[in-house]
Amino acid sequence: MTMDRMLTLGTRGALAVVLVVVALVPVLCTTFFTSQVGLTSLWLGIVAVSLTFLSGYGGMVSLAQTALFGVAGLIAARLSVESGWDPWAAALAGILAATAVGLLFGAVASGSQGIYFLIITLAFAQVTYFYFAAVPTFGAHEGINGVRPPAVLGDPVQDPARMYWFLLVVSVLAFLGLRHVSRTAFGLALQGVRDDPVRMAALGYNVRLHRILGFTLAAPVAGAAGVLSAWSNTRMSAGSISLAIAILVLTTAVIGGLNRLEGAWVGALIYTLCDTYLRGWTDRFTTWLGVVFLVIVLVSPGGVVGLLGSAGSWLRHRLAGGAPPPAAPSTPAPPVPVSSGGAR
Amino acid sequence: MAATAAVVVGVLGLLGVLLQAFEKGLGTEGNVPTFILITLNGLTLAGLYFISASGLTLIFGLLRVTNLAHGALFLLGGYVALELVQDAGMSWWLAAVLAMGASGLVGLVVHQLFLRWNQGQDLRQALITIAVSLILADQMLAHFGATPTAIAPPEWLAQPLSLGVYDLSYPRFRLAMLVAALVVGLLFWLVYTRTRVGMVVRAGVDDTQMTSALGVNVQRVFAAAFFVGSALAGLGGVFAGTALSLAPGQDQSFLVSALVVVIVGGMGSLGGAALGALLLGLVDQYAGAYLPAEYSNLSALLTFVLLAVILAVRPTGLFGKAR
Repeated sequence: MTMDRMLTLGTRGALAVVLVVVALVPVLCTTFFTSQVGLTSLWLGIVAVSLTFLSGYGGMVSLAQTALFGVAGLIAARLSVESGWDPWAAALAGILAATAVGLLFGAVASGSQGIYFLIITLAFAQVTYFYFAAVPTFGAHEGINGVRPPAVLGDPVQDPARMYWFLLVVSVLAFLGLRHVSRTAFGLALQGVRDDPVRMAALGYNVRLHRILGFTLAAPVAGAAGVLSAWSNTRMSAGSISLAIAILVLTTAVIGGLNRLEGAWVGALIYTLCDTYLRGWTDRFTTWLGVVFLVIVLVSPGGVVGLLGSAGSWLRHRLAGGAPPPAAPSTPAPPVPVSSGGAR
Repeated sequence: MAATAAVVVGVLGLLGVLLQAFEKGLGTEGNVPTFILITLNGLTLAGLYFISASGLTLIFGLLRVTNLAHGALFLLGGYVALELVQDAGMSWWLAAVLAMGASGLVGLVVHQLFLRWNQGQDLRQALITIAVSLILADQMLAHFGATPTAIAPPEWLAQPLSLGVYDLSYPRFRLAMLVAALVVGLLFWLVYTRTRVGMVVRAGVDDTQMTSALGVNVQRVFAAAFFVGSALAGLGGVFAGTALSLAPGQDQSFLVSALVVVIVGGMGSLGGAALGALLLGLVDQYAGAYLPAEYSNLSALLTFVLLAVILAVRPTGLFGKAR
């Protein structure tokens, strides 16, 4: 067995250990930690991963993920609280609605690239926010309170353990699912579209269709996060999808790293930990969040995960013994190869 | 096809507005006086949008930087002027000039420190400016508090002006805002078309590398453009703080309006920004006043629908060039 293979196994083992530790959180930590930090970072990670997927594999940095999150969450909440639907059925309806809205958004936005794409999705985020804030059916600004998760998952406030494990399972499934998609022929073509849309079009690929499908595939992930957030907090309102939250999700994904899917949860965990514990320590939490965001964007376009990756490969070369590292083994890939000049 | 549909819907909307305004005739009993006031509101609002959006579009056109900290610089200008007028007792005009300088300076520092060496990575630059805007907005919240406040207008603009029709009068300051927008637009046009600086800027917009190769110090032009663009954001903030009010969160709402204006018109196009500002200001005011009552709470939606429709039909805006 070569050194490299052992190291790969070592990485996998370390990941397994991390997963086991994360799974043991409800047993080892307080209820407060499990619900405040655990639940929040898991659903925030799921909505962030839908953005990481879009930007990492499709080159589409979207601010509309919170809108899809809100569509699913608010529809599910509304159906289960006011129409008395079964929570699972309501969740399914919400996620399907989010997927349909995602298809629509994707169809409109797929013609734009780079910064224009960012702005048009910003418009979608604002439209959705104003819609939900204005329409009484969805509780307007009040939102919908008293959302009950399915009985199997227990009470998220008193005993969050089962809800936590459920969110963890969904997170792992979302991760594996999106990673699988990225390795299919479609996923590879999507990455081709990200890197050079003109060449892909010349090769006969329908660039716009790939973008639309990529966007639509990420929609149910964002939608699922919305439903899970409504279940975890037992409420949801238009305020949960305001522009500030859309920017927060972007911040989370960037801090974690836009190049790798797992970055979404890393970023979400970092944000939630800071949000829970730093707020008591400083009044100017947002300033510090901005500073961290700024430093990450300036120093490591690959985010925290990118930094860890660089450290890992440095360590690997040290352990592998002597073999001089190739010129730039760990140069992080440019964050997202996007420019408004994409379709020159 | 989609373009035709969009135009048809737009014309129908305008006809609906005109029908409601003039259906009861031109008498004092009718809706014409209200219509005049609402139109003036829309036009003056468009002036405000144009002042702040012109800075954004200048920076984008020349540097390809989408400055998402533009809203924060806008609010900063407003707060600096407020401080100077209210606490230092300075005249409004001097305060406005100093506030422009402050916003311009902060923008220049951000450009030199963080953006200059990332030239060409437009998404990374957008993210950097988001981070800067988070920091600036939070610091302003800490220093200026969360209570909405307004700047006192200069004395001779404080009284309403009689319009001479239907006994209507209208705040002089809001009209001054419209005049200021026209002046800014005119100055831009003169500098663009009549001076050497404008020639260099136009050349830079078309082809930065070639301009640089011809011996122009492009970095200096970039820095100057960033200063002027940010100063215009600050001027917008001073006007908004006087005509409306200053409060946390306005940085984001005005950033979004300025972005809508600039994107609708086509990023980098000054004429586009003027048209975008007019569209946004009028649609905003007419929708608020003339939509059927049961839909009036959806008026905020309409501007964004406008944006999405225009971008769907023309992905680079009305006058934007595909680059």
